[in-house]
Amino acid sequence: MKKLGTLLLLLVSGIVLAACNFGGGGDSDTTEDGEAMKELNVSITSDPPAFHPALATDTTSGAILASAFEGLTRLDAKGEPTEGMAEKVEVSEDGKTYTYTLRDAKWSNGDPVIAQDFEFAWKWALDPENAADYAYQLYYIVGAEEYNNGEGSADDVGVKVIDEKTLEVTLVNPTPFFDELTAFYTYFPVNSKLAEENPDWYKDPSGEDFVGNGPFNLDEFASADHITLSKNDNYWDKDNVALDKVNISMIESEATALKEYQAGNLDYLGAPFNSIDLNALDGFKEDGTLNVSDQAGTYMIVFNTKDEILGNKNIREALTIAIDRQGLIDNVTKGEQKPGSGLVPLTMTGFEEPADYFKSNDIEAAKAALEKGLTELGLDSPADLKIKLSYNTSEAHAAIMQFVQQGWSKNLGIDVSLDNSEWQVYLEQLDAGEYQAGRYGWVGDFNDPINFLEIYKRDGGNNQTGWTNEEYTNLLNQVATETDEAARTQYMKDAEEILMSEFPISPIYFYTNLSVKQDSVKNMEADPMGNVQLKYVDVEE
Amino acid sequence: MISYIAKRLVYILIAMWLIITATFFLMRLAPGNPFASERALPPAIQESLNAQYGLDNPWYVQYKDYLINSAKGDFGTSMKYKYRETNDMIAESFPVSMTLGLEAMFIAVAFGVLIGTIAALFHNKWPDYLMTILAVLGISIPSFVMATILQYYLALQLNLFPIAGWKGFAYSILPAVALASTPMAFIAKLTRSSMLEETNSEYVKMAKAKGISKPVIVFKHALRNALLPVVTYLAPLTAGVVTGSFVIEKIFSIPGLGKHFVTSITNRDYTVIMGTTVFYAVILLLAVLIVDILYSFIDPRIQLRGGKSND
Repeated sequence: MKKLGTLLLLLVSGIVLAACNFGGGGDSDTTEDGEAMKELNVSITSDPPAFHPALATDTTSGAILASAFEGLTRLDAKGEPTEGMAEKVEVSEDGKTYTYTLRDAKWSNGDPVIAQDFEFAWKWALDPENAADYAYQLYYIVGAEEYNNGEGSADDVGVKVIDEKTLEVTLVNPTPFFDELTAFYTYFPVNSKLAEENPDWYKDPSGEDFVGNGPFNLDEFASADHITLSKNDNYWDKDNVALDKVNISMIESEATALKEYQAGNLDYLGAPFNSIDLNALDGFKEDGTLNVSDQAGTYMIVFNTKDEILGNKNIREALTIAIDRQGLIDNVTKGEQKPGSGLVPLTMTGFEEPADYFKSNDIEAAKAALEKGLTELGLDSPADLKIKLSYNTSEAHAAIMQFVQQGWSKNLGIDVSLDNSEWQVYLEQLDAGEYQAGRYGWVGDFNDPINFLEIYKRDGGNNQTGWTNEEYTNLLNQVATETDEAARTQYMKDAEEILMSEFPISPIYFYTNLSVKQDSVKNMEADPMGNVQLKYVDVEE
Repeated sequence: MISYIAKRLVYILIAMWLIITATFFLMRLAPGNPFASERALPPAIQESLNAQYGLDNPWYVQYKDYLINSAKGDFGTSMKYKYRETNDMIAESFPVSMTLGLEAMFIAVAFGVLIGTIAALFHNKWPDYLMTILAVLGISIPSFVMATILQYYLALQLNLFPIAGWKGFAYSILPAVALASTPMAFIAKLTRSSMLEETNSEYVKMAKAKGISKPVIVFKHALRNALLPVVTYLAPLTAGVVTGSFVIEKIFSIPGLGKHFVTSITNRDYTVIMGTTVFYAVILLLAVLIVDILYSFIDPRIQLRGGKSND
């Protein structure tokens, strides 16, 4: 008995000791001058995968980085480029040379932001040693692609420091969306002085060497727990930053985030700051608090055109038509998405009106195309057609794919089986061409149609369909050199028409940004790329 | 006893080697690649990534490196979170999981034994039936359902506890209760049945005949023997509580190790998979050893020997 008592005592003391391991602490709620602090409480699902602008590839990292850093330009709340680190931009007549004059901005440790910081950051991103996934975002610059592929050298990259405050950038082609690109995180500068002294500066995000030039400082980072941002007093435009503090907690489960929102502990729900639990969408729609806006993203099914069956254009056409897109949106996805009509989303200039390349859910037309396809393949009945529909494991994708499967087998009478695998496996399957029809999604990094059309310019890379078309490629080459905006848009429209006449892909829907926020939160909304910029957000009592 | 422990430690080393080997090969056989990305990578970058993590070496070199690094306890940088060391991830998140696990085990053992003893003492009377109903409920409701129910009613509706997070003791109560509910019910059932057995045994009848008071019989004699099966159950319980906390950690957004253990596998984050697996293996093998040592304290009839038993 005595021993048992000792045991229990041990257990209890163990707990008491271990209980010292709770994080957190007291928070004060006023600023130094005694005014009420403006605090925003949001959540993300997990640790941001990257704290280095060049290594980031996702919107969560992007949201944190856009708060801590700033590029030559910055996107405004609507997604249009506005002033950033560059005070003045001069573009040469051929549209290929950009000369930036930097403003007198400071890093959060007081160092001036200089042209070298940009040159250093961009070349670091392109250095193949550093293996930056998104280095291709810089390929618009002369010599960038060659250097990144290990064929060129850093000295040949078209970034030139004229003096501390002047930066000259030479592009391969005139690039009308370059001002948007310079606002993108891959183009953010890095404090070159610190980074040369401590190449691992980004590995300790709450450390002293992690300095930014953006509206907020990254104060605390506790893995899987929280991130705290506070207003950066060295920021050039600090008078237009309303928030004093942003508390970002990490909540993996959407259901938990929803409860925290309902309890008033979170001010905002919606990508990239967590997302709204699908089950709660109807409720938010009913009480009118759900904000919906179009996003530059397309959810689609890609077809493997090198497959025996799906190599047939008529079969692909039949499958594309025989999807009830509106039914899917109303009953399954419920996010007020727009039915997919082409590759390029409706947020893009010149593509605002849904195109009519095919009539969704026109079963007669689908059957006719199927009939033609079957004859060409030498098959007798639709039941002989076996198609495997692949997707990466997720409840949401599964629901959508089941809906598509049911439509295809009910309306066309073909034999459709579903196949799901984990994300990392699925990506490899697509790359290796080991699929017939597969789920795919593409969200634009900047709001220009080329972002989407470029995928199918050549085989390989992000194009897993095996589909190529000479005319299409030629049109895109013309787009790259065209300086007249109307002509450029027309080339892109023609290119999309070619793509959609051969159906290597079947667009399902165009993404929407869904969000809810507490009444006190102002100016917080996602732009078409799904970015939410904390710089513009305000909280009112 | 010392030679027994030494021998067990050798077995633990062999088991560790088997576990590391199996993990290494299973990891490599599983399809998927840690660096597969939605945006296609230029081959130069893919190569440089592979070189950074030694994935370009032949398998036997990689295997040798893994063995050496595991022995040194150095698991390298995460392949998904490239700014994080696997060791730091474990060092930061394990104390959290352990706090939660110990709290849950304390609840499970303390209340489980109490409930079981009460049920046995009031055999076939209403407290017994009530306890049995509770135990059946506890066993049959999965912990994640329990967690959601507790979170919805006690935290969101009644506002008695915080909903999620890990900022103080109050934050740990609901997750610990949710995690403890099933093992607690199981311990209650175990205690009840072995208590019933002991109270009918000859030595208890003898004690009664000698006129020893009921509490002394129950607590000093019967309960001590009745607890043996519970102690046996402690080892698998540790395993369950420590590794099974993943879902609970997710629901209550607790920064624990369970999350890394599971998500590293879907991310094909080789370094973190290896680190967490080896770490869990050490913890669990040690837990089993400790339980075996505990036996000898509780039941003097069990003796630990290094050599063959000569009873």
